[in-house]
Amino acid sequence: MVQLTLPKNSQVRTGKTWPKPEGAKNLRKFQIYRWNPDDGKNPQVDTYFIDLDDCGPMVLDALIYIKTKIDPTLTFRRSCREGICGSCAMNIDGINTLACIYGLDEIKGDVKIYPLPHMPVIKDLIPDLTHFYAQHASIMPWLETKTNRPAKEWRQSIEDRKKLDGLYECVMCASCSTSCPSYWWNGDKYLGPAALLHAYRWIIDSRDEATGERLDALEDPFKLYRCHTIMNCAKTCPKGLNPAKAIAEIKKMMWWQRRRSGLSRLCRWRQERAAGRWRCASCGAVVVDRGDLAPNLCLRRG
Amino acid sequence: MRYLTDRKRAVGKGASGTGTEHHWAMTVSSVALALMLPAWLYIFGSALGGTQDEVVATFGRPFPAILTALVLVVGMRHFIGGATVMIEDYARGTARKAAIIGVTCLGWAVVATGLFALARMAL
Repeated sequence: MVQLTLPKNSQVRTGKTWPKPEGAKNLRKFQIYRWNPDDGKNPQVDTYFIDLDDCGPMVLDALIYIKTKIDPTLTFRRSCREGICGSCAMNIDGINTLACIYGLDEIKGDVKIYPLPHMPVIKDLIPDLTHFYAQHASIMPWLETKTNRPAKEWRQSIEDRKKLDGLYECVMCASCSTSCPSYWWNGDKYLGPAALLHAYRWIIDSRDEATGERLDALEDPFKLYRCHTIMNCAKTCPKGLNPAKAIAEIKKMMWWQRRRSGLSRLCRWRQERAAGRWRCASCGAVVVDRGDLAPNLCLRRG
Repeated sequence: MRYLTDRKRAVGKGASGTGTEHHWAMTVSSVALALMLPAWLYIFGSALGGTQDEVVATFGRPFPAILTALVLVVGMRHFIGGATVMIEDYARGTARKAAIIGVTCLGWAVVATGLFALARMAL
């Protein structure tokens, strides 16, 4: 059952207020979620004050300022500082985003920072993304080919390359998945917007030869169809991508694959190029002389 | 506690191979209901408050009777499908199974009762 209240040991309490930097005139108040698995205490929100005259313009600069000059125990992930690595994703001012590209001037009032929502917390602002990464791995995020490797490279037309725009830029920061209520409720089975965006990126890739297998692997009421088009993913994506559109495209492809043919749910046509034929991995039926065109009929019925 | 690898936990038993039909059925039925419901509400509204003879006469005509039957069947099938997804979102384990069975039974009971009442009026 969906849990509507936090367990007692997870309820967030008011934490320590750290002293203001001496001599600072341009102060900004930060409220930051803290939790240490080693001390056995409840999570708490600590208050810090930052001298804006001595700090960079981004939220990550402020966090580094706190860690360097106020509280070295504050824990968070960061690496590239330019929105490429996706490490510093956190909930800032109620929005899942990257701390390194979110400006302090975009926030009104106190700056409230929490870890990505509905994920197990390892410490402070660091969520456990193990399951998220495993889901990403499950969609086979690599080029699957069956033909022999070409002498130079897998060629792609300019038009086909353009189809990957808006997909390949995803940095796997998990902002979208952790903003999705469906992922909160069924994150164990629903793949989430990030993994599905990547799945579509490989489905639509003209060089990939496992489109059918990829679609088959997604046809599930939970893996794909838990997306209820809530659109939080598109709203929150710090890179401006639209995972909801990618999911809708997968659903459309799935429908075309299933409805516009005489295929049954069990059909699994696989091309055997060397033998010049198509064989159904499910029933063993064989079709010849179709070239690269996959059969669109279930021969089990006949 | 189960010792599973992260990948095994993510993949589970693999894809069930279902979902597209349900998604498409819900899409089609929602479009059908969007077209049928206004007409049915108009008919229902015009019969509302009338005497028993007037109501029986209204639903005794072919178009209102057929439309009502369609709204009942399509509407309840849509309700069952939608409620099932909602229950799957919020409930777990035995509560989920019991709620889905309950909703399915309720939906078909409404269809059966409605069609019976309609047959009594129309025939």
